Amino acid sequence: MKCQKCDKKAVLHLSDLTGGKPVEIHLCAEHAQEYLSQNQGGAQEQVNMASALATHLAQQMAFTKASNEFSKTDQETCPMCGITFFEFRTSSKFGCPNDYEVFSRQLLPMLMNIHGEERHTGKAPKHSSEETSQKLAELIHMRQEMAEAISNENYEKASVLRDQIKQRESEAGIA
Amino acid sequence: MTIDELVQSQREWLRNDGPESSIVVSSRIRLARNLAAFPFISKLSEEDRRRVIETLRKAVRKTTFGQNCTLFSMNDLSSLDRKLLVECHLISRELADAEGLRSAMISANGQFSLMFIEEDHLRMQCIKSGFCLSEVWREINELDDQIEKNAVYAWNRKLGYLTACPTNVGTGMRVSVMLHLPALGLTRQFTKVHNSLQKISLTVRGLYGEGSQAWGDFYQISNQVTLGVTEEELIQQVQDVVRAVIGYEEKAREFLLTENRERLENGISECLRMIRNSSEMKPQPTLQCLSAIRLGINLGLVSDIPIETVNQLMLQIQPAYLQWIYGGVESSLDGNEFRSQYLKKHLLKILG
Repeated sequence: MKCQKCDKKAVLHLSDLTGGKPVEIHLCAEHAQEYLSQNQGGAQEQVNMASALATHLAQQMAFTKASNEFSKTDQETCPMCGITFFEFRTSSKFGCPNDYEVFSRQLLPMLMNIHGEERHTGKAPKHSSEETSQKLAELIHMRQEMAEAISNENYEKASVLRDQIKQRESEAGIA
Repeated sequence: MTIDELVQSQREWLRNDGPESSIVVSSRIRLARNLAAFPFISKLSEEDRRRVIETLRKAVRKTTFGQNCTLFSMNDLSSLDRKLLVECHLISRELADAEGLRSAMISANGQFSLMFIEEDHLRMQCIKSGFCLSEVWREINELDDQIEKNAVYAWNRKLGYLTACPTNVGTGMRVSVMLHLPALGLTRQFTKVHNSLQKISLTVRGLYGEGSQAWGDFYQISNQVTLGVTEEELIQQVQDVVRAVIGYEEKAREFLLTENRERLENGISECLRMIRNSSEMKPQPTLQCLSAIRLGINLGLVSDIPIETVNQLMLQIQPAYLQWIYGGVESSLDGNEFRSQYLKKHLLKILG
């Protein structure tokens, strides 16, 4: 995620709670420093900011604690698409639907930070279900397995996989 | 339909016939969707890109909307064509500037456009004139249902529609209203509105979305949060805020008309004089002039010109459009000179 004041990477992610409803703030190191020093203004503001900052810092601590485990966490890899947590952390883009499951532990504070909520309450597809969606997502892994089987010259396995993939794809109307 | 025909054709949302259109230019909703069977864009091979586009194209063709739209492959378009589509709000800058296979399906009147392989597999938008979010939602929701009949989306009960970036997860919905707020600008009240909007997690942007400047007092108000609220609730949130902003703008217009009519009239005359007398017009002052003329028409201070013309001019004075119009002409004139010529030609009636 980018800093909201410049193009650098955001390192400080806060929810400003002083206005009643949380306002998200994402800042790079430089602007974070500016933000924190700026907000030590009037006495009243200082009280509000102090309590807000305490909350923020607590959140950040949790984040930093996580960041100490990053070396381990960074290596965590999605078996479906092969993306590492490090790749996600640096690009803020997931590689496949399964990443939401694989990285759910790290995702939760992030979702709370962005949306203030962790559960969908809106629309559901009318013509398919979570199960169909999940079953189709397995194709991502199956295609990879097939490619691996081919490169290992395990043609028997590859052809079995190919038939399974084809069948699932045609059932789902995939071109 | 070719790009030229599309650019020339009348855009429904500029017609100025929607509700509250003296203040609300347009209402827009976009939905982000991904096919369940493929990785997100960052992990998509060129072959998979082709298949995603093909699967979506087929699914869209089967919808009632699909028969009435044209598929444009970005790699087949010139960079000018792509810029034109961005200026017309038909595709995003990201889609125009990206690399690799990617496409857009656009309806003849510009009301619907679907981008394939943008940040997500599918980004669809519906845009209409005036303040009519519920209507826009009804239409895009229907299109979404019809597409989904023939294409399984990445979705689960807990997190809703799964998107490449967690900032869009859940509804995948961005509700956005384009407002013209010249009186709040003139009475220097917009900052207040802006600050209060930020407190309720709505975003305010300029004419061309993220990173663009609010020239000519045109603003877009949109939601930031996409998870944990229903589509209807999101629409309601934006609607309530926009309604309040409309109220402020109306009050400010009333105040200007009763207390400051002379200043208003002078301001408009000044803008008309500037267009008449300059041989070059830069984009920012042009939008400011158009803003003043638009306000003038809405307050009955300027006649003989329909608002629709001013709405269209907002897009037609953009660089790619002018290049498209004047591109074939052998000339040493630059963009600002073309802009000046174009304005004079189209505002002839009120320039006198």
